[in-house]
Amino acid sequence: MWAFIHKFGSPKWFYGISARLLPWCWFLAVALILVGSIWGLAFAPADYQQGDSFRIIYVHVPAAFLAQSIFVSMAVAALVFMVWKIKVADMAAAVMAPLGAAMTFVALFTGSVWGMPTWGTWWIWDARLTSMLILLFLYVGVIALRGAFTSRDSGARAASVLSMVGVINIPVIKYSVDWWYTLHQPATFSIASRPSMPVEMWWPLLLMVLGFYAFFIAITLMRTRNEILRREAGKHWVRELAAGDA
Amino acid sequence: MHPKRKQKLFIILGLVTLSAMAIGLTLYALRSNINLFFSPVQIAAGEAPVQRTLRAGGMVKEGSVARDPESLDVGFVITDYVEDLEVRYSGILPDLFREGQGVVVVGQLDGKGHLMASEVLAKHDENYMPSEVADALEAAGYSPADYGDAAKNTESAGGATY
Repeated sequence: MWAFIHKFGSPKWFYGISARLLPWCWFLAVALILVGSIWGLAFAPADYQQGDSFRIIYVHVPAAFLAQSIFVSMAVAALVFMVWKIKVADMAAAVMAPLGAAMTFVALFTGSVWGMPTWGTWWIWDARLTSMLILLFLYVGVIALRGAFTSRDSGARAASVLSMVGVINIPVIKYSVDWWYTLHQPATFSIASRPSMPVEMWWPLLLMVLGFYAFFIAITLMRTRNEILRREAGKHWVRELAAGDA
Repeated sequence: MHPKRKQKLFIILGLVTLSAMAIGLTLYALRSNINLFFSPVQIAAGEAPVQRTLRAGGMVKEGSVARDPESLDVGFVITDYVEDLEVRYSGILPDLFREGQGVVVVGQLDGKGHLMASEVLAKHDENYMPSEVADALEAAGYSPADYGDAAKNTESAGGATY
């Protein structure tokens, strides 16, 4: 187990294995998002109450899923980095933060666009919307904290602590609609329970969610590889690689 | 595991646990402020402030919507199926507003237990269906809302939801 973690943590090994995984992840991401969005936007039936505006769900829900999942992944990477001193984990955490912030923004923005025609307001300070806004600030805080130190290691440790503590916000977001009275409705898309929409609406949503996850993995692998090359530029194997390519 | 790493892991877990408890207690203490609206039961019990702007939420009672043909004035009753609350509003209602639909109403309580609304927001539930399905359900004598409730009841308990 520990040997595996250390093997996975070796930048050189990670660089090799990610090169093989990357094309598959990109293929999955493009295929799933393409099929899911065309199916969801053009072929899925319109909702009986909301009409076509319900189709925002095909972007809103996957983006909101990613916003939360990326923060959890970042916190796990931070824990691995802090306890086992694995540098690749910190590189992954560093490259995940901007994508997570972008996804949180997309979820908030599509939510506003959706809220205007359905609820009659684009923003309300209910528990779900507010906790999601806090998530955006946490992402921005993690990114800023990492850059605020002269030494990369201090910045990495400060950002790690903030991501691990900030992860407490995730269950608050998830259960906000159950714990408090909110304007936001409870979750539609669920892995374990019966979907609250018929299959012809649910399938494209599933494809979009999976496609967004594949996109997240692909982007993270790609950017972590770049980060490895940047940070390990002085290492023997990176120089050999550069010499071989040239 | 290396003792040094174990120690570090415990420190981090302790830190996270303590912060979680602090945030949990704060949220618990603020729970009445975090709730977006008062339910008709809470208002009937006198928990809501009078003559101050507040939000009330519930279902629009079937058959309660009365529109004034001369103006935009509308009166309706919101209910949580225990208590009712009368609402007066003048303005444009959101598209999703209808009887049997959840709404959140912003306004002030007058002394007689009426809510003078300045804003009406529609709340929609987590169920979606194509209009053909909704029409078919209605033709068969069910309302689309029943379908959602039926889905809830058949759900296995304790399933993780996302």
